[in-house]
Amino acid sequence: MSAPILWIFLPLILAGFLLLLRNQKVIALIACIFTLFLTLAAWLLPMDTAMAIGNWSFKVTSSFEILGRHLVLGSADRSLLALIYGSAIIWFAFAPAVKTAHRLTSLGLAITALLVAALAVEPFLYAALLIEMAVLLSIPLLSVSGQRPGKGLIRFVIFQTLAMPFILFSGWLLSGIEANPGNLGLVQQAAILIGLGFSFLLAVFPFYSWIPLITEESSPLTVGFILWMFPTVTIFFGLGFLDHYTWLRDAPTLGNVLTTVGILMVVSGGLLAAFQRHLGRIMGYAVIMETGYSILTLSLGGTVGLNIFFMLLVPRTLSLVIWAFALTILKEHSPTLILSDIKGLGRSWPFATSGLVLANLALAGMPILAGFPPHQAIWEVLASTSLPAVIWVLIGTIGLFFSAVRVMLTFTAAPEGAHWESHETGVQRILLAISFLALLMLGLFPQWALPLWSNLPAIFTHLGH
Amino acid sequence: MVTIINWIALFIVLVTSIGLLLQRDWRWGIGLLTTQYLSIFWLVQTHWPVSMAAVKLVTGWMACAILAIAQLNSGSSQETEESWPQGRLFRLFTAGIIMATTFVLSLRASSWLGLNLPIAWASLLLIGMGLLQLGISGQPFRVILGLLTIMAGFEILYAAVESSTLVAALLSAVNLGLALSGAYFLNLPQEEKP
Repeated sequence: MSAPILWIFLPLILAGFLLLLRNQKVIALIACIFTLFLTLAAWLLPMDTAMAIGNWSFKVTSSFEILGRHLVLGSADRSLLALIYGSAIIWFAFAPAVKTAHRLTSLGLAITALLVAALAVEPFLYAALLIEMAVLLSIPLLSVSGQRPGKGLIRFVIFQTLAMPFILFSGWLLSGIEANPGNLGLVQQAAILIGLGFSFLLAVFPFYSWIPLITEESSPLTVGFILWMFPTVTIFFGLGFLDHYTWLRDAPTLGNVLTTVGILMVVSGGLLAAFQRHLGRIMGYAVIMETGYSILTLSLGGTVGLNIFFMLLVPRTLSLVIWAFALTILKEHSPTLILSDIKGLGRSWPFATSGLVLANLALAGMPILAGFPPHQAIWEVLASTSLPAVIWVLIGTIGLFFSAVRVMLTFTAAPEGAHWESHETGVQRILLAISFLALLMLGLFPQWALPLWSNLPAIFTHLGH
Repeated sequence: MVTIINWIALFIVLVTSIGLLLQRDWRWGIGLLTTQYLSIFWLVQTHWPVSMAAVKLVTGWMACAILAIAQLNSGSSQETEESWPQGRLFRLFTAGIIMATTFVLSLRASSWLGLNLPIAWASLLLIGMGLLQLGISGQPFRVILGLLTIMAGFEILYAAVESSTLVAALLSAVNLGLALSGAYFLNLPQEEKP
């Protein structure tokens, strides 16, 4: 058995099988059990080492050849696989509670497998093609049945597709640079192409207009999954670039470019979130801010920046799941998610509304919540390098915090005499209650998440050491 | 002889890409795209073996077939463009600008990549026209035509520098995926207007 068969081809086959099933709970159960198996296998199974269970011996080989190229998942990738599939379990577990399991689990599993293939393919530049295939597969996930495709979805397809030629062509230029490192013209051209490619892929300012549109149009839980999965894998792909090419890693302007882009996204995302009237759009801008934070951590350089980036992953996943889940519950029962139409909803949907506000506050870096420790680390390191950068980030954070307060006030603005009642189902209440506890625990004891990401730096030979 | 056919292929690319921009009936759009893939096949086979280049032709025609069947099922013959401006004269004018710009760029690109001028110009022209199509239309069918046109232009250029079988297979899958996405968009039930 080879690792790519286990973590790429088997999930793809199962995703196809799940599409044939109809029962939401069965689909979610199969997907969760299988994803849990993949997570545990990534956690426990060593690669390229013979193992014996009774009389039966087997070895998980790291490489798989396909059409003259290789898919490679080595020992160092095990923690990444555990993180990706482990996070996918959370999304899949929440899906049946809001009746989105059929599409989210089957297509979500296929998208996850394709994105893992993108991280495994060698030469790694071909990842752009696999990411594009995952993008195309996410179209049915993001479209709303019975409605024409919205502007957000169309722009998502356009921007993500435009990224692919830039990345592929930059790969050709990069191989030229490896042969002739002194050619500064070639270096400049490659840097521009890489920059454009990743700007489209990561929805960097000003190419992020599709995010708030799509969070307004589509089912929040499915959008949340896509907006968690794609940026996470893209940044790992980008880190692969930095790790592989010394000239790129050592470029004197790289830090400044990343800082500027990161701050621009944090500030614009935060400020725009503060003035939104649609709950979905606020989540969209929060995601933009999170991508900004990720880019900002990479600008901090060295292992410190890399560790803070990994530290952000777990709280972000948790907060986004809760936010998207709560939003999906509210969307099912409210005619719109515009602030003026959801006044006083806190009295009738206390768990969902609390979840939404808590997730918003966690992503704003509120103390005692899961988002605080990594945000505090960013503040600390950033303050030692650039005070203006800290002020700009503060402005963005205040924007997101303001949006949380505004939403909270809207939820509590119930007419006098309105009774407290909970319309959420039992499963929804349990899931949200567990999530609140997890948000709080990770805020108070951030070291509990350490085993989940402590081995991730080992993936990168140069950046991680 | 080969150079003359390259120029003819460029001429076909020019006519079909402008036609794609001007057409309002989907049947013309599919017909023009089908013809465009013939010249793409010719331009790609200058760098790739004919058997590999034929993949582009087959994939392109399959994409056209998918879109045509989807259009037939959706039952719409003409789409009203909501974006401004809609005039053919404007489109022709912008296509002229793209033509001039890509010609200048192709002079540099041909020497930089070691390509014949018609090949470099055809690829950049397709990319430019595809981007123009994306810029002036928000209709899913036209957006997919635009993306397929951009992809075609890129593939001609990329064929000169990369001949991997895996890349050819994945690019074909992406093209088919785009066509299937277009078909999916077209067959989503029409949104009811108040």
